[in-house]
Amino acid sequence: MTKPVVVLENVDMIFGEGAADQVHALKEIDLQIEQNDFISLIGPSGCGKSTLLRVVGDLIQPTSGMATINGKSARQARLDQDYGIVFQAATLYDWRTVAKNVQLPLELMHFSRTERDRRTQAMLELVELTDFAAHYPWQLSGGMQQRVAIARALSFEPSILLMDEPFGALDEMTRERLNLELLNIWRKTNTTVLFVTHSITEAVFLSTRVIVMSARPGRITADIAIDLPQPRNAETRSNVRFFELETEVREALRISEGGQESNRAPA
Amino acid sequence: MSESRQRIWAPIMILVVLVFLWEALVTAFNIQQFLLPKPSSIAGNLVQVVVLDGSASRGDSDAELSLDNGFIVLLSGELTPEVWATMQEARWLEFGLGGRSVSVLRGSNLTPILAASWFTLKEALGGMAMGTLAGVAVALATTRWSATREALLPFAIAANSMPIIAFAPIMNNWFGIDNPFSKMAIVTVMIFFPIMINTLRGLISVDSRSLELMHSYAASDSEILFKLRIPNALPSLFSGLKVAGALAMIGAIVGEYFGGPRIALGVFITQEAALFRFASAWAAILVACLIGITIYLVILFAERLALPWHPTFRA
Repeated sequence: MTKPVVVLENVDMIFGEGAADQVHALKEIDLQIEQNDFISLIGPSGCGKSTLLRVVGDLIQPTSGMATINGKSARQARLDQDYGIVFQAATLYDWRTVAKNVQLPLELMHFSRTERDRRTQAMLELVELTDFAAHYPWQLSGGMQQRVAIARALSFEPSILLMDEPFGALDEMTRERLNLELLNIWRKTNTTVLFVTHSITEAVFLSTRVIVMSARPGRITADIAIDLPQPRNAETRSNVRFFELETEVREALRISEGGQESNRAPA
Repeated sequence: MSESRQRIWAPIMILVVLVFLWEALVTAFNIQQFLLPKPSSIAGNLVQVVVLDGSASRGDSDAELSLDNGFIVLLSGELTPEVWATMQEARWLEFGLGGRSVSVLRGSNLTPILAASWFTLKEALGGMAMGTLAGVAVALATTRWSATREALLPFAIAANSMPIIAFAPIMNNWFGIDNPFSKMAIVTVMIFFPIMINTLRGLISVDSRSLELMHSYAASDSEILFKLRIPNALPSLFSGLKVAGALAMIGAIVGEYFGGPRIALGVFITQEAALFRFASAWAAILVACLIGITIYLVILFAERLALPWHPTFRA
């Protein structure tokens, strides 16, 4: 058994601790993510999914508890450039062409020029945007911009890919296509993915495990293994098991919302 | 295509119509030239078109015809030797038109006005260079040390609403009335704040996701500055520069109204006005306006070169 990529132990996150309006965003989070896992975090709005992702990525530091990534502290992992990040907004730099945007992390990590060009080329092929290398971000559709963001996040082969609702702002058709594309990329690159989403369908379709979180304070209330066969494709969506798992996640979400399940008739 | 042509031609047509109206109304109502000179006599200070008909020839010193300051001058008969000499000396080009000879001459005040404009333009550009350097430097420093920002910003905002030109006589006193540096100093102070505030805004109003992205790559502060903050600040730096370009000519000329060397544009304008030569004062003002517009266009052009990515320039 390989070493886990992410280990969270008893992580608590309190914003504005001690103040009257303090927010207890995360409570007693224990989570272990293995190599090549595709983990989705799902939960009601404001349950701290994005906060958890930021703790893993060392963009914020937890109030208490430990985050260990690849056997080292989250901070060290960030300094070692173990993370690729994709946000809901593509967050491309307007003044850089598509190719230059993909190259940004490579420049910061002092890759040689030839290596930068080679990887940029390969990444743009991966997300099927080779023809748009010289375009500026405003010339692309939302879905294309998001593909550039994914190419950028993967260009330096990070060991873990953090995705914060990357397809949340896209229409359903684009989202489904990008889901398939993401799975392809995940298979080809052997990355570990931590994926925040609002969509039950998306979580079940993509993941090897779905982590369900409760509203504030955010806690992990269910950890559902998704045993759908790999590789997944359009037919996966019509698999009976797919519907069963969707229902399971939906139920877990309902329970995690707390107290409301008693008001409803059983499904 | 036709739309973009219309965008260029419509304002030009309006300008031509307005100039003709101005000329016609001043002539029709016989308005005194110290109130409002005719556009043609303003232009005549800079360029003259002299049309000689077939009978025109060089006469003796008693000949009556002379060049006045009109834009288009029709001459016939005998010209004085002085007029003849001026025409030889100031002629740019000459061509025949329907049996007449047309000469385009340098206007009598073109040389002093251009010399004065060049002198004042150097003051304006010098002040712009210093003000821009200082404004950008302070903006960078306050980005780096945010404590200075909290301390400086109220002053910057207060200073931005002050009539800095009011300090012009003081600057003349400090640096010497004939020293171009006294005008550069006014321009520097005038444009410092718009440049500083605009640049600072661009440097600090960086999208928080873009910053998080940089942090996730473990980028250093200087990498964040050069790869994120400075490119992000360029569009607002250019809007600052456009404001500064207009202010620079104002600062230099108005500074000269309070005194300066004889070859300065502001001094030329006040002296010509004091001597009731309003047409030539207007001609100098016209040139100042053209210089201001040119500075603006140069900045606009530089902006397009520097920011080819900017959505404003979407084709």
